[in-house]
Amino acid sequence: MSPVFYLIAVITVGGALAAVLLKSVVHSALAVTGAFAGLALMFLSLDAQFAGFAQILIYIGAVAILVVFAILLTQGSEILTDAVFSRTWLAGFVIAAAVFAALGWAVLQSAPVLPNVSAVPAVTVHDIGVALVGRYVLPLEIIALLLTAATIGAVIVAMHEKEAAK
Amino acid sequence: MTPLAGYLLIAALLFAIGLAGALTRRNAILVLIGIELMLNAANLNFIAFWRYSPHPEALTGMMFAIFSIAVAAAEAAVGLGLVIAIYRQFHTTDLDKITRMKG
Repeated sequence: MSPVFYLIAVITVGGALAAVLLKSVVHSALAVTGAFAGLALMFLSLDAQFAGFAQILIYIGAVAILVVFAILLTQGSEILTDAVFSRTWLAGFVIAAAVFAALGWAVLQSAPVLPNVSAVPAVTVHDIGVALVGRYVLPLEIIALLLTAATIGAVIVAMHEKEAAK
Repeated sequence: MTPLAGYLLIAALLFAIGLAGALTRRNAILVLIGIELMLNAANLNFIAFWRYSPHPEALTGMMFAIFSIAVAAAEAAVGLGLVIAIYRQFHTTDLDKITRMKG
């Protein structure tokens, strides 16, 4: 466990906590972007360069911007209400804490048998590309279809009301 | 504690934080943010197990994480489109106020 790991962990978990607990939606969107950046750093520290940069491009570049646009379109002049948590917030936090306790217990129980050190994987982006159009070509095509359908579906869902109002 | 256990604990913590956000926040956009955090925690597990697996050159965990990122992007696009459609209908994104289907 290097100091770098703890630094990245603090950035990631701090960003996620701030995103869930902050009052303002815009602040939450900013904090979650920090958490996404921390996760990208974690991927890079795990020698998964491709996944790390894909994380930066997709989450910080696209999803965070999408969230900000959704906030802009829905909160134009809305005033912040004081109750940001739902009426059943206590049950929600208890369930989340129970899930973390179960997962953490499982990880700590299995910690002694987890592999400790292994050689840095010699995987290049070239290998990933070859695998994507070779062994994983069917999932790649399905994902392409899914992304096309999801994009068209999102536009139709968001535009529908406007069409009906005409 | 081994490095892998450290990454798994961070992923478990992120999952729990995302779950807390999805269960407790009233704003629909923040519920979606919580779901994105949970998906990201799963991705971190995939990458961590891939890195410490005996055969990382098989790329299984890496591919799973990449496809999962793509599915999460599609989910975010459709989810936020739905939030905008609901806002047009109800003029709010407060989930406690959208009770039309409540029994």
